Parts: sequence; C-alpha cells; structure tokens
Amino acid sequence: MTQRKALALISGGLDSLLATRVIQEQGIHVEGVNFFTGFCVEGHTHAIRQKDKDKPKRNNALWSAERLGIKLHIVDIVEEYKDVVFNPKHGYGSNLNPCLDCKIFMVKKAHEWIEKNDFDFVITGEVIGQRPKSQRKATMPVIQEESGINDRLLRPLCAKNLPETLPEREGWVNRAQLYDFHGRSRKPQMALAQKFGFEDYAQPAGGCCFLTDEQYSVKLSDMWQSRGEKRYELDDIMLLKVGRHVRPKANFKLIIAREAGETKFMRGYRKQYPSLVITSHGGPWTLIDGELSEDDLMLSAQIAARYSQGRDAEQVDFDYINTNGDVRQLSVKPMHPDDIDKAWVL
Amino acid sequence: MSKKSTLDCQRLLCPMPVIRVQDHVATLNPGDVVEAICTDPGVVNDIPAWCRINGHEVVEIREDEDDFIVVVRVGESA
Repeated sequence: MTQRKALALISGGLDSLLATRVIQEQGIHVEGVNFFTGFCVEGHTHAIRQKDKDKPKRNNALWSAERLGIKLHIVDIVEEYKDVVFNPKHGYGSNLNPCLDCKIFMVKKAHEWIEKNDFDFVITGEVIGQRPKSQRKATMPVIQEESGINDRLLRPLCAKNLPETLPEREGWVNRAQLYDFHGRSRKPQMALAQKFGFEDYAQPAGGCCFLTDEQYSVKLSDMWQSRGEKRYELDDIMLLKVGRHVRPKANFKLIIAREAGETKFMRGYRKQYPSLVITSHGGPWTLIDGELSEDDLMLSAQIAARYSQGRDAEQVDFDYINTNGDVRQLSVKPMHPDDIDKAWVL
Repeated sequence: MSKKSTLDCQRLLCPMPVIRVQDHVATLNPGDVVEAICTDPGVVNDIPAWCRINGHEVVEIREDEDDFIVVVRVGESA
C-alpha cells in the first residue's frame, strides 16, 4: 500500500498541533512547514526585552514539530509576502492584517511544496468560525479555489462540517475519525489536547502576527506615509517591534530603547542609523531614522534626554554617532514631558 | 575532510537565524561544522531544537560580548 504523505501548516499554535496529530493517528506521514513573513510573533522576539525574560524563549513551531516528532521546514517568504501586505485582494482586517489573502498565499505556497516534493495533500488547523476574517464557512472554499489546491486541502478539526476532500474520498483518511469543531470556543481543542497528552502548548487563540496589532499597524502606516509609498525591508519591520517610536517632524523619527535588552539589540543597527548615546546619565540608546537639520538634531537629543535618568537635570550630554562611527559631543536641556506632543509618540 | 564555516546571523531575529542555518546546512556534508554568530538570545533554544528535529548535533553554545555563538555539526541524514 502506498504511504500517503501530508504537509501540515504549522503556526506553533494549538490548532495546527492537533490537526497534525489527528492525521498522524491515521497512519499518514506528516511533515510541517512554517512560513516566515517577517511579521511573526515569537516568544523570544519579546525576550529582547529584559522584562519578558521569564517568558519561554522558544519558537513555537519548532516546539510543536518536536512534540509531534515531525520534520519542520521553515521557509523565508519575506520578499514574496510584501505583495500580500501591500495589495490584499480581500482587504485588511481591523488593522493592517490581510488574513484571508495571507491564508490563500500560504496554502498556495504549501501546494507548490507538495507538488515539488511528491506529497499528497495539505492540512491546516483551521476551524470554521474561529477567526472573523479568514476562518468563516464562506471563506473556506475561497481559500481552496484561489490557492489552486482545491480538494487537496484537508482541515481535520472541522472536516465534518465541510464537503469531502480528496484524501477522504480516496480513503487515505477516514472521515469518521475527523472532527466537527466550529465557533470561537476553545473547549473542544483543549479537550483534544488533553486526550493527546499535550501540555504547555502556545496560548490558545493567541495572535501570531504583528499585523493584527493596532500599535504595530500605526507604526507601519506611519513609515509608509513618511516614505510616500508602501515599502519596507526586513530591518524596517524588525525595528518596528522594538523601542518607543517618536516622530516629532515629518522628516525623521526617533527609536528610543525602553530598556537594556532593547538597547543591546538596537546597538546592532548603529551602522545603519545614526545614534544618540547619553554620556552624562543612565539612559536609552536612540536611533534616528531620517534626514536631520541641526535644529532637528538638538530637538532629538532633548526628546531622548526626557526618557533618560537625567530627565530632571539642567543638562544632559550625548555622543551623536553617525553611521561611519564619527562621534560628536552635544549637550541639551531635557524636554519637559508636557512639551512632547502625544501625537508624536506612535 | 570535514569543512568548517561561519554564518553571520547578527541582528536577525528568530526564526531567521534558524532559516540561515537550515539553508546553509543543506549545502554541506555530514560531519561539516558551521558556527552561527547571532544576537537574538532565542537561538540558544531554537537552533538546538531545529538540530534535534533534523538529526544534527550542537557542539557548543557560548556568549561573546553581544553575540550568542552556536556551533553545529551536520548529521548523517543531511
């Protein structure tokens, strides 16, 4: 008998973990794929920050794969994904999240992968009604059609609520042993996790994409607006994840570390962006994104000083370091908090 | 004769260092060694997890100033 093979989209969350185990239980060989868009939320991304040091610094997709005993292929789709972010055919969700287009894109990439690697079908952890934008009964066939995968896409957790797929019709998978989960309740998934002995899984229903985050979307919109076009590189979207972003004028913004972990991370960008480093007091590393006049530089230092331990001092001293490493000393009086326009802080 | 190579993963946040190691290892032979120089502390968990899944060996993990250095020996299944 031919050993059938499935590729599972592994996000690192509970649903894809369960969907994969359900299919493994039916004797199917499963491998996982995890697509990296650049916007993925990971525990250790937060672990840059010292205050989050108690949180597990693990990649949940790798953790899931290890628990499942499957190979995991992590695929960098940062460049190709830009078109999804810039021009989502089905529009954005409540923030800059193009969830339906994202799902279609990932299933399309998974379909290409199984064709290239001689696998039989793709599985996802989707559940009807779980997500308001992409996981609705009406969108399920849209994903199948627009990705081109059609009935080679199986959703084990809600398959009984959907038409039969190829793996079910061909008898590769027993439909009776699939599930009929629907809606936003997590109780059925938690019960199934308990049955399979999964503990310590990633937070149920937790977001896995920064584009669903309102504050992140504001910062991304601001970046596009300042550039006059929708454009980004990987470093741009990484830096949107760290620091306090302050745009006092249209031509530049400051990225001010919030604590030592971010300072350590942002120091790595000192050859890409000019830096302001406080020398007279304790304080955060600041990167400057944009072209500055002399007045702008002094304004930047005044703002950065407000977030330092010298905020109440008469004078705070800085090293201004350009991207060539040239250092210039300057001193300013910190800006009073009331003088920092709330609209500057993104 | 096994080869040694170095991979610059500085400033990359996970899983990019893992992807860099994964793609580099795909070009190597069993027994070859790659040293990944990273700045994301998450690599000390993620690269070993990736190695366990894929049958590679973590030879050494060390910190050097701002860097986290993970040394991997390519496994037989590569």
